Amino acid sequence: MATTKLFFAGSGGQGVLTMGQMLTYAAMYADMNATWLPSYGPEMRGGTANCTVVISPDKPVSCPLIYEADDVVVMNLPSLTKFESLVKPGGNLFVNSSLIDQKPTRDDINVYYVPANDIAMKLGNARTANVVMLGALVSVAPVVPVEMIYKIMEKTFSGRKAHLLDINKQAFHAWKG
Amino acid sequence: MSEKVLMKGNEAFAEAVIRGGVRFYFGYPITPQSEIPEFMSRELPKRGGRFLQAESELGAINMAYGCGAAGGQCFISSSSPGIALMQEGMSFLCGAEVPVTLLNVSRGGPGIGSIQPGQADYNQVTRGGGNGDYRIPVFAPASIQEAVDILYEAPSIADRYRNPVMVLADGLMGQMMEPVMLPEEKHAFTSEEISTAKPWAISGSKKGTRSVVKSLRLQPEVLEEHVEHLFEKYAVMEKELERVECEGLEDAEVVFVAFGTMARLAREAMELLEARGIKAGLIRPISLWPYPYSAFDRISPRTKAVVSVELSMGQMLQDINLGVKDRVPVRLIHRVGGMLPTSIEVVEKTMKILEEVR
Repeated sequence: MATTKLFFAGSGGQGVLTMGQMLTYAAMYADMNATWLPSYGPEMRGGTANCTVVISPDKPVSCPLIYEADDVVVMNLPSLTKFESLVKPGGNLFVNSSLIDQKPTRDDINVYYVPANDIAMKLGNARTANVVMLGALVSVAPVVPVEMIYKIMEKTFSGRKAHLLDINKQAFHAWKG
Repeated sequence: MSEKVLMKGNEAFAEAVIRGGVRFYFGYPITPQSEIPEFMSRELPKRGGRFLQAESELGAINMAYGCGAAGGQCFISSSSPGIALMQEGMSFLCGAEVPVTLLNVSRGGPGIGSIQPGQADYNQVTRGGGNGDYRIPVFAPASIQEAVDILYEAPSIADRYRNPVMVLADGLMGQMMEPVMLPEEKHAFTSEEISTAKPWAISGSKKGTRSVVKSLRLQPEVLEEHVEHLFEKYAVMEKELERVECEGLEDAEVVFVAFGTMARLAREAMELLEARGIKAGLIRPISLWPYPYSAFDRISPRTKAVVSVELSMGQMLQDINLGVKDRVPVRLIHRVGGMLPTSIEVVEKTMKILEEVR
């Protein structure tokens, strides 16, 4: 299987870095090679955040830096404007249509509109919007096995956070294309 | 057998030195390595060690000097401008032969520069910014796993030669996450064991002999003899510590030379060039001092160019030229200031270089 390059962008607090991390954990649990690289800088609440994930099933990841991505997730409008060009021709762009009312300009990529915040609100927990989006991504591009996503969810939402496990699993499957 | 864990570079570096026997850390926060003092402040007290936040980098290196002289296994980390402040201390550590493990998670310069990744500390770490004749071995890992393995080993290398050992990572490696296998924790010396393990240390020995650890030698004859002794030791280190990884040199039209993250970028550029019908090779120095000059003797007569891929204005070119000895044209592909090239950018610039030298 070939290497998959993924990119997640949004504003701080939208769970963009967590989305990438969950995927990286899932890849590791599935015995794949993976790297997670966050943007870093003088951070502030509401500032921009993004991360790059590279998953390589067979051989070590040669490079954690990317010049194009198979799958790009944009959680807010500035991210769409800035990172639409990063999707490789024929690649997938996932747009958080709850917060982005514009359409991408390109016609050589597949665009999926996911109203992640609306779906999360309907489920009763606005903070699961990133998991709704991650579920959409994995249903279109099955880069990691769903059971491994469950495994990291079960590790994350345990103990005092155990009550959040069910809603996150629901959120993961909430987008029906 | 331990299982794979996903760790941020900085935290994996810190865990690796603790497992390598380190129990003392002196530091001062600086991006992009501030997770290290944070991790150490939480972990070391739990594992029988001590964490101390110094008032400055100058304070930190001199605390390490004292701790190391007393036989403690100690570690200090910083980033480029902080490492610059520690140069005086590094010269003292070498002069007094005090083993300390050092880590530079480097960023853009000169001056306070930027907090984004850089490799422009090459001259600072390989040539040294302190006074006097001294050498510090420098290792530049390219993955978090390799960094963990080297940092685990570094305290024992430092002890073996009674000399500081430096590991050079870039900010990108400090910030990224990658699955790693952590090695088994080594036994850390207790204070009772130090006087036997390190008989030279100022450990409060009750043997009735005095241990003296110092860099001051006022009599010229004595200092000359001491410097000659240091260089006999460095000659042994040059033989024993050189590390390099070479790939695809046999039939390469172009050979990249790169260390750290840039070596991974060069490796991807090799794959992309192969798809365009161009065979590329890679020389990846893992030890920057001692530099693996002899690896350049393995370059094929068919190679048309040697290309350094660096996050500096070409600080490694001097060493590359010493290895290449005018046999092949040497060129540079670089970005600075915290900017990073993409692998496709490296491919395009390499195609241009090949056109020019053909």
